[in-house]
Amino acid sequence: MKQKTTKSISMFFIYSILILWAITTIFPFIWVFVNSFKTSSEILNNSFSLPASPTFQNYINAFEKQNIFRAYMNSFLIAGSTMFFVLFFGSLASYALTRFNFKLKPLVSMLFLGSLMFPIFATIIPVFKLILGLNLINTHLGVILIQIAGNISFAIIVMMGFMSSLPLELEESAFLEGCNTFQIYYKIILPISRPVLSSVAIFTFLWSYNDLFTQIIILRQKESYTISALLNEISSQFGIDFGLMASAVVLVIIPVLIVYMFLQKNIIKGLTAGAVKG
Amino acid sequence: MIYKSRKIAFAFIFPAVFFVLVFLYIPFFLNIFNSFFEIKGLAAKPGEFLGLSNYITLFKDPLIKTALYNSLLMMVLTIVFQVGIALILAILVDAIKKGANFFRTVFFFPIIISATAIGLMFNLFYAFNGGMLNQILGAFGLDPVLWLSKETALTMIIIPVVWQYIGFYFVILLTGLNNIPTDVYESAAIDGATGFKRVFYITLPLLSNVIKVCVILSITGSLKVFDLPWIIAPNGAPNGITHFTGTYMYYATFREGNVDYGSTIALMIVVLGIVFSQIVNKFLKQKEY
Repeated sequence: MKQKTTKSISMFFIYSILILWAITTIFPFIWVFVNSFKTSSEILNNSFSLPASPTFQNYINAFEKQNIFRAYMNSFLIAGSTMFFVLFFGSLASYALTRFNFKLKPLVSMLFLGSLMFPIFATIIPVFKLILGLNLINTHLGVILIQIAGNISFAIIVMMGFMSSLPLELEESAFLEGCNTFQIYYKIILPISRPVLSSVAIFTFLWSYNDLFTQIIILRQKESYTISALLNEISSQFGIDFGLMASAVVLVIIPVLIVYMFLQKNIIKGLTAGAVKG
Repeated sequence: MIYKSRKIAFAFIFPAVFFVLVFLYIPFFLNIFNSFFEIKGLAAKPGEFLGLSNYITLFKDPLIKTALYNSLLMMVLTIVFQVGIALILAILVDAIKKGANFFRTVFFFPIIISATAIGLMFNLFYAFNGGMLNQILGAFGLDPVLWLSKETALTMIIIPVVWQYIGFYFVILLTGLNNIPTDVYESAAIDGATGFKRVFYITLPLLSNVIKVCVILSITGSLKVFDLPWIIAPNGAPNGITHFTGTYMYYATFREGNVDYGSTIALMIVVLGIVFSQIVNKFLKQKEY
């Protein structure tokens, strides 16, 4: 009996701490969300109450003053293309590296592993010159190329881990039925690799969507701004308009939040996959 | 039998290798090369040979000292608080039966939000006139505080960086905890190890490898930090005292146009990352059980 009460007391403490941290994590977002429906002067005077008369004016302002739609389109186009090419080139390479045997194979694997050591800072200046020389400054393609390179090694390492554990029987029977290597890749490997492909897709997309550094270096005109770059701009121009700032933050978070609600398990798995493998 | 053709293998691997070589390896070595030459502007070709002069500047530059100090401080604080809080939360969540998934989902959420948005959000908290923190102070009848002043700005930047990524390490550590076989705990319980004893004598030693991974990740992560400091305190405001290695490299290169010096800072970041992760590797290996 006594043991039971000490146990429930310690459970009470455990839950209290966890709930406290959950509030610390979520409250800032709720605060911003609630305040985005207030006028700036109401936020300044009373940011902790519910809006006295909820208004959409901040959102109207955000869409009128800034081309939010275009920024969204730019962000999705860049993140979507980066994700597609990382998945395509990455899965091809990891398929070949786990199936074929050739002399240079250890070197190629080392090449991918070693490239994880370079932070973006160490490569960005020559890469910037290259992009400038190719006339790709202010283009989506300029950002996409850099981001493909920035993600592909990690993607290959994660995908190789999965593909090397797949049994060869299916591929052998497909081969006997007359499939060539590309058909085996397309019809067998890609479908069974869906779990790892979705993990890679998620971290590549989020990484690209959130990567302000590459975006502000390559995208220097308003027409090409992504949502993060636009946000950076809004904060330096309209930093005192609290209502506008709050609504802008909410607008950036909403698409990510929606995706997270549906895919949270995959997202958590995807973003920690490589880390746990060490 | 199927996988014989070398041509096909090369065709499959080529695109990925191309990207890694052209956008990572070649630029990396060019960057080292660039740090020895004078480069007048982003589009300019390497000019006069400077030898080690950029590296000498590196040792004299007071701003780089600030940036290094700040980055090291960030590193220590992220290891202690990020990994520390994450570890406590993971052990607690591992002990409960109901709601573990809820806490996992909530704790992880800030990681997927762009640091840009988080930075703007914290700017609203820190604002002098009517920011959230000053409103709280006001409610208690206290005077407003200049949160991003010379004395406090650094702490105010490090707080959101630490806060945002706790959930990431939490999930890694929790996965590590789930991988500890239950019979280890059962036999420990027979020997009388429960509660805190269990944590110190069983959980932590068995988790040491996962903790090591977390420490290395937070070290390399803290050297890469850019977005949040840049949004909260652009250009190292006030007066360059809040520069970190990453933001200072960007500032030197893209704001001041000192391209060769920027390359030197970039190389320093790589070297620091390697050195520190090696130290951690050695240091934690001795403690293995």
